[in-house]
Amino acid sequence: MAFASWSDFIAMGGYSFYVWLAYGVSLFSVLLLVISTVAKRKKIFKHVEQRLLREQRIKAAENREGTL
Amino acid sequence: MWKWLHPYAKAEKSYTLSGKLMPWFLAVALPTFIVGMIWGLAFAPADYQQGDSFRIIYIHVPAAMMAMGAYSTMAIAAFIGLVWQIRLAEMTVAATAPIGAVYTFIALFTGAAWGKPMWGAWWVWDARLTSELILLFVYLGIIALYNAFSDKVLAGRAASILTLVGVINLPIIHFSVVWWNTLHQGATITKFDQPSMATDMLIPLLIMIVSFAAFLGFMVLYRFRNEILQRESHRPWVIALVQQSSSSVNKRG
Repeated sequence: MAFASWSDFIAMGGYSFYVWLAYGVSLFSVLLLVISTVAKRKKIFKHVEQRLLREQRIKAAENREGTL
Repeated sequence: MWKWLHPYAKAEKSYTLSGKLMPWFLAVALPTFIVGMIWGLAFAPADYQQGDSFRIIYIHVPAAMMAMGAYSTMAIAAFIGLVWQIRLAEMTVAATAPIGAVYTFIALFTGAAWGKPMWGAWWVWDARLTSELILLFVYLGIIALYNAFSDKVLAGRAASILTLVGVINLPIIHFSVVWWNTLHQGATITKFDQPSMATDMLIPLLIMIVSFAAFLGFMVLYRFRNEILQRESHRPWVIALVQQSSSSVNKRG
């Protein structure tokens, strides 16, 4: 262990701002990447689902009797 | 002899294979990340000159290395895609670019946060920093070019060509600390010699490099699958997949 106490660890030998800034921003940007990637997958699924439903509705409308 | 490779040129096969590989990459990335980070932040000894500020190295170096690793992957994929006209290879290029861009951004940002206390400046127009910034712009250019075309076959080809053009930047980044007098220090690990770093500091760094590499692999596979799904969204196998998932909403395979 390089630090004597928890507050020593947070202080990072006087460099706390720079160290935690670097780690924080890195973690944040990776998190953004993960979120956008997972969201993309969900979006694709949703789009295909909506397209299938639309196709179903169109088919149902075509088969309806008493319309032009 | 190489016939077993053939089915993987088919999107559905590749989709299934990457789905099977993904958990393995995550199984490597997560534990190494936790161990490497705790070891690097709390247990590695402080540097005799830089004190605790050197702990930024545990994200700075892996991110910078894997930013270039991601680019090399893209370059190989782009070459394969252009020469043998394999669409899946071009999809790999498009899938990898955003991850490489994020890694490059991390390398630049952590470098700035490290440069401020050590050099006294957030940014200097030094050869290593400038060439790394160009790498970020190349990444952004590839992403923008790929998104500029609605025809994804054309987009993939254009992005692949730009990727190959940008390869020239890789040796420039690597040797920038040798060719020019830079503020940035020289190579510590990637050289034909003993690494010039204490073992207690080096081991967590190597662990973090493995972690960043495995996470890169995981994200490439995830985004690659997204690319396949999007381009093949009219194919029966994707439709079957969607219908299957909508009938069991909480289980998306």
